[in-house]
Amino acid sequence: MSSHNGDKEDRAAGNPEAGLSERRAQLNRKLDGLKAVEQKAARKSQSSSSGYAHAMKLSSEFIAGILVGAGIGWVFDQWLGTSPLGLIVFLLLGFAAGVLNVLRSVGVAEQPDAKIQREKDVQKDGSD
Amino acid sequence: MANDPIHQFQIQKIFPIEVGGVDFSFTNSSLFMVLTVAATCAFLIFSTSGRGLVPSRLQSVSEMAYEFVAGTLRSAAGTEGMRFFPLVFSLFMFVLVANLFGMFPYFFTITSHIIVTFALAMLVIITVIVYGFMRNGMKFLKLFVPSGVPVALLPLVTLIEVISFLSRPISLSVRLFANMLAGHITLKVFSGFIVSLSALGAVGIFGSILPLGMTVALTALEFLVAFLQAYVFTVLTCMYLNDAIHPSH
Repeated sequence: MSSHNGDKEDRAAGNPEAGLSERRAQLNRKLDGLKAVEQKAARKSQSSSSGYAHAMKLSSEFIAGILVGAGIGWVFDQWLGTSPLGLIVFLLLGFAAGVLNVLRSVGVAEQPDAKIQREKDVQKDGSD
Repeated sequence: MANDPIHQFQIQKIFPIEVGGVDFSFTNSSLFMVLTVAATCAFLIFSTSGRGLVPSRLQSVSEMAYEFVAGTLRSAAGTEGMRFFPLVFSLFMFVLVANLFGMFPYFFTITSHIIVTFALAMLVIITVIVYGFMRNGMKFLKLFVPSGVPVALLPLVTLIEVISFLSRPISLSVRLFANMLAGHITLKVFSGFIVSLSALGAVGIFGSILPLGMTVALTALEFLVAFLQAYVFTVLTCMYLNDAIHPSH
């Protein structure tokens, strides 16, 4: 068919399935490489261009933690009549949760399951 | 009234309906929700009706949307997460189309109301909780107990983790709502400046070029935000679904 990739064509003619799958694998490899480069570029542009979006994200994480803490405290007080103790305690816990949310979303603190996952991986490696 | 930046978010009843003392009126918000769903469905059905092996332009747009959401979901929640693809894809398309609809002049932005975004976020979180318990049983609660914490601190840390989990739907909905609300208000305020400045005579007309430029720039930014927020909503949905599928691996 063409001269520049003749050997591959010959193999494809001998066993069309094998040739095709080989070419597909090659294409997949190439695509994976491209995807990695693209992702890196996207990450770079995201971090530089949308500081506003980042600020919005972090503040909403923090405020949500505080709001939920205060809400739980208030409901607690309504149920048990321990006003204002529940509100105080849960508001402080809410602050802690808000800080945890922020740290998690910037990737400083781990996701809750990360550590277990790593231990599992180590175990798996040991048993294999 | 025309210059009031909040006026665009007012809910107006189109068909007042009341069932048993509860207000079920068909409002402008409902109208645009229906329009969003109809536009999404019509676009997807129309663009995929050809089903060419070599896609037409429209078909490749909807294929790109599919590939994009599928890639996001697969990378966040693994292949097992693909069973949630219909939910995630619907959420993404709904939020995206609703955000973009809001960019038309005189259109109502449904995602600028926190009750709408909160309902979407609760849908996600309830799915996570129900599926998490269905699939993992009580092991799902391991999500709240980080390993490697001293026993004395465990109750405190667990409580903080629970609050952190409960704050997810709130931060998810507040983020989308606040972005859309703030963007539309800024846009309205800056375009209001053009009108009030140009009423001041020749100098004012010259001066109104500045807010005009700002409005053009903000419009572009708003299109970016409309897409970005739909994407962020989708990514976080995928991450939360991942928690439901693998609470502690």
